[in-house]
Amino acid sequence: MFHLTEEQKMIQDMVRKIAKDKIEPRAAEIDETDEFPMDFVEVYKENNLFRMVLPEEYGGIDASTTTLCVIVEELAKAYASAPQMLITTGAVLQILLKAATEDQKQRFFNRLEQGTQACSFVLTEPNHGSDAGSLQTKAVLDGDHYIINGTKAFITTGEIAELHLVFVRTGGERTKGISVIMVDKNTPGFRVGKKEHKMGFAGTGTVELVFEDARVPKDNLVGGVNQGWSLLLNIANMMRAWGAGCTALGNGQGALDYVVEYAKQRSQFGKPIAGFQAVQFMLADMAIALESARSLIYRTAYVMDTDGESFKNIESLVCMCKAYAADVGMKVTTDAVQIMGGYGYTKEYPMERRMRDAKSVQIYDGTNQIQRVVISRNLLK
Amino acid sequence: MNHFTDEQKMMQEMVRKLVKDKVAPRAAEIDETDEFPWDIAKIFGENGLLNLVLPEEYGGVNANNTTLCIVIEEIAKVSPACGLTVFTTQALLNVLVRGGNEEQKKRFYPKFASGDKICAFVLTEPNAGSDAASIQTKAILKDDHYIFNGNKIFISTGEVSDFYLVFAMTRPGERAKGMSAFIVEKGTNGFSFGKKENKMGLRGNPTVELIFEDAPVPKENLLGEEGQGWKILIEYGNLMRTWGAASTSLGIAQGALEYATEYAKERAQFGRPIASFQAIQFMLADMAILTEAARSLIYRASWMIDQETEPFSRIEPMVSMAKCFTTDTAMKVTTDAVQILGGYGYTKEYPVERMMRDAKGVQIFDGTNQIQRVIISRNLIGKLK
Repeated sequence: MFHLTEEQKMIQDMVRKIAKDKIEPRAAEIDETDEFPMDFVEVYKENNLFRMVLPEEYGGIDASTTTLCVIVEELAKAYASAPQMLITTGAVLQILLKAATEDQKQRFFNRLEQGTQACSFVLTEPNHGSDAGSLQTKAVLDGDHYIINGTKAFITTGEIAELHLVFVRTGGERTKGISVIMVDKNTPGFRVGKKEHKMGFAGTGTVELVFEDARVPKDNLVGGVNQGWSLLLNIANMMRAWGAGCTALGNGQGALDYVVEYAKQRSQFGKPIAGFQAVQFMLADMAIALESARSLIYRTAYVMDTDGESFKNIESLVCMCKAYAADVGMKVTTDAVQIMGGYGYTKEYPMERRMRDAKSVQIYDGTNQIQRVVISRNLLK
Repeated sequence: MNHFTDEQKMMQEMVRKLVKDKVAPRAAEIDETDEFPWDIAKIFGENGLLNLVLPEEYGGVNANNTTLCIVIEEIAKVSPACGLTVFTTQALLNVLVRGGNEEQKKRFYPKFASGDKICAFVLTEPNAGSDAASIQTKAILKDDHYIFNGNKIFISTGEVSDFYLVFAMTRPGERAKGMSAFIVEKGTNGFSFGKKENKMGLRGNPTVELIFEDAPVPKENLLGEEGQGWKILIEYGNLMRTWGAASTSLGIAQGALEYATEYAKERAQFGRPIASFQAIQFMLADMAILTEAARSLIYRASWMIDQETEPFSRIEPMVSMAKCFTTDTAMKVTTDAVQILGGYGYTKEYPVERMMRDAKGVQIFDGTNQIQRVIISRNLIGKLK
């Protein structure tokens, strides 16, 4: 169950090398400037990582959930922001694979060969976060086009995506009236709005998206009218295990690896601080938390890859992965800053950044509170 | 939600049904009287649960680490004290299977063929707990026997057991290098039992003192060679923490979570079930998250052991993490379960206060959680300059 195939090990080595050579050296600068890392885009394109979830016939590697976990964890070990554009793109492509017609797949996948190859997953609105079912961005049919009006907020990768997968209201009340529609960045009436100035998670291109009578071909509607909610629950939410979960895991593991070395080097009272049991036990607790999160994530990935388990059980496990790994990531990075003391609090060391980045994972991709709502609902069913 | 073989799934079903029918109705009484449940030991024996790791011709199933995890968790869900009978018995047999020589297997296996033999794992002494290498019980070779002298304490399933896996010093004063492991049979001259502990929890599994006064143990009962006791303890003995202490705690946590969940659906306050309040829902969610994380960690550590290809340096910290995390989880989950049941949870009419008392025991035995953290951090940090 926790076995990596030869192929997965090769991918892990490849990504680990990219992370070390191309990602890690850039992290502090990106954090400082908050500029979208177009150099990462180029590296991911060269290594075909945007399309990893696609089958070979569409130029991908048919990545399983376990493979996605491996990739995201390795990148996030170097820098939590790094895998975000791959996560949003992977989630969109997974929905297209499951729900789009053959014609739509050809059209969208071809379109993605141009430009950045990145997609964004567009759900949240200024007044509709955890309560996504009440979203208000409206799409009204007008001949061969939908006319979209509304504003979306906190859209990761929104700044540079070629295609946006947008949840819109096409029908009546709440979850029964939601559809999914693909919006090209060049659509008239569509524009990228304000960029959020965040505590951490810099360089993820988190923006507002504005639709003002945006005209989108009706052929871009994916999975049937008013079928959006089921796509969200059945396909998209599953990304929490390999997306947010592995981002938190990688960021936490990177923090632990770093702080273990620091504690061995840093001397106080005449010996390395790693020689003190108080520090040793903090490190042990960080390792325990990370390995339990990793075990939960890879067990969940195995369950998702092998089928045969009820949707309810998988859904609960996925929510547990997200909430638990994100909480572990927060705790581990906070303690890592503590072990490094004053130095850990400065920007000369990467730890305060990891702590700021960890906070966002507790919030995005469904807050940890919403995960607990789903978990307890399934428990009480 | 797992990778079990069909055989393991059948075993899980069998044990689940068995403990529901036979153990659950007795659990409260066993806790109250603190008497060893011979009736349940007999039922376990009849169902092959005392011989799990032995080969089939001796009534076992060649149980691997994962199978043992499954069995112990199921029993511990209803009574961790009863699970201990299987736990300590497999602890000895597991060392015999992996560390015994052919002659010893030939001699001892038939003694277990009846399926009803019980064993104990004997390490701790009054002055040697976490610092196990400082044990002082001596085993000095004289002719064909090792002569045992010393006292052991906190021995689970003591007195009622037929066989004892005893760690003793064949070269006193040399700590780990002078330690050896033996199988000692009940009835050996000079081997007797002292005080039985009156414990907070895990009641019904006798925790007793063992006394050796010039007790002669046949030299053929030495496992491995002289001085290999520490190696046997570290390489075979300590791995049991996954299916032993960790799976015991997992069972306790799962049992408490299930009980509290059902209770919360039934119990009404302010005109509706308390399970409809988000404050309760989030407590239950957090209990479930921790329990599933612990389960995942145990399965992964167990998978590593069963692979037999993972280096010991990877396995050792994972085993300690599984023990430490799961027992801390069980303590938290049972404490919250009592909280959710309120005043009723605090009474002996409901099982959760017993689960909470039992959970505390597992944080302490089989290597305290503090010793697990010592092992984990040592592996993490390596040698300091």
